[in-house]
Amino acid sequence: MAEFQIEREVVIDAPVEVVWRTITEPEQIRQWFADRVELELEPGGRGLMGFEERAHPLVVEAVEPPTRFSFRWNHPAGQEPAAGNSTLVEFTLVGEGERTRLRVLESGLELLAWPVGDKQRFADEHRAGWAMFMDRLARLLAERPRE
Amino acid sequence: MTSESDDELWSAIGDPSRRRVLDLLVRRGEASASWLAGQVPFSRQAVAKHLVVLEQAKLISRRKKGREVLYQVDAERLDQATRAMAELASQWDRRLNIIKRLAEAAHAQTRAQTQEHEA
Repeated sequence: MAEFQIEREVVIDAPVEVVWRTITEPEQIRQWFADRVELELEPGGRGLMGFEERAHPLVVEAVEPPTRFSFRWNHPAGQEPAAGNSTLVEFTLVGEGERTRLRVLESGLELLAWPVGDKQRFADEHRAGWAMFMDRLARLLAERPRE
Repeated sequence: MTSESDDELWSAIGDPSRRRVLDLLVRRGEASASWLAGQVPFSRQAVAKHLVVLEQAKLISRRKKGREVLYQVDAERLDQATRAMAELASQWDRRLNIIKRLAEAAHAQTRAQTQEHEA
């Protein structure tokens, strides 16, 4: 199944081990992601990203040092995150000599966007969701070859 | 894992001729089924079916104007959407750029220390 996703990439002048620490150590994550960070760095580990007064729980999915780190978040309160009720953030690190190509992929965004059935409440809590979906749709339309 | 409603969504936009109908509505703003049928190389019945699917997927809405039924994509939502998605993408860009600065600074520091140690 195709998914709505955002994919970004950056090339860093540092070896993969250094970049790995930057994206997985809580005191470093605090500098680029959230104000408050808690993270158990193991598959199934719990974590939290706090932004001002809001705190978003997360569950770690993959930890494969120094090339892969992923977690799920944006799941409805009181539920376990899984494919189908959360978004998946995946970091991939590829060493290129002394440099590192860091890619981030956030997928599952359509679930934030699709207010149906038991997803209704979740969608209500994520007002931008529908908007995200429509934009993705607009891009799909834009990418379609014009005759 | 995919639910029935996801399938509905995906079949709604997955079909190229349905996307064609949707694209026409995006560009036109508002259109009737017969106007749409005049723009595409498939039958009026096919257009009508596509409109039903798109409406079920809540991608379009309709209103009555006299005897005509006009279909439209919600422009405000589309606009809101563009901004929300662009914001999410630029959030990740900002984060990646900070990661880059942090990692490069950490690496430069380690290298300097090593050189100092060797000197």
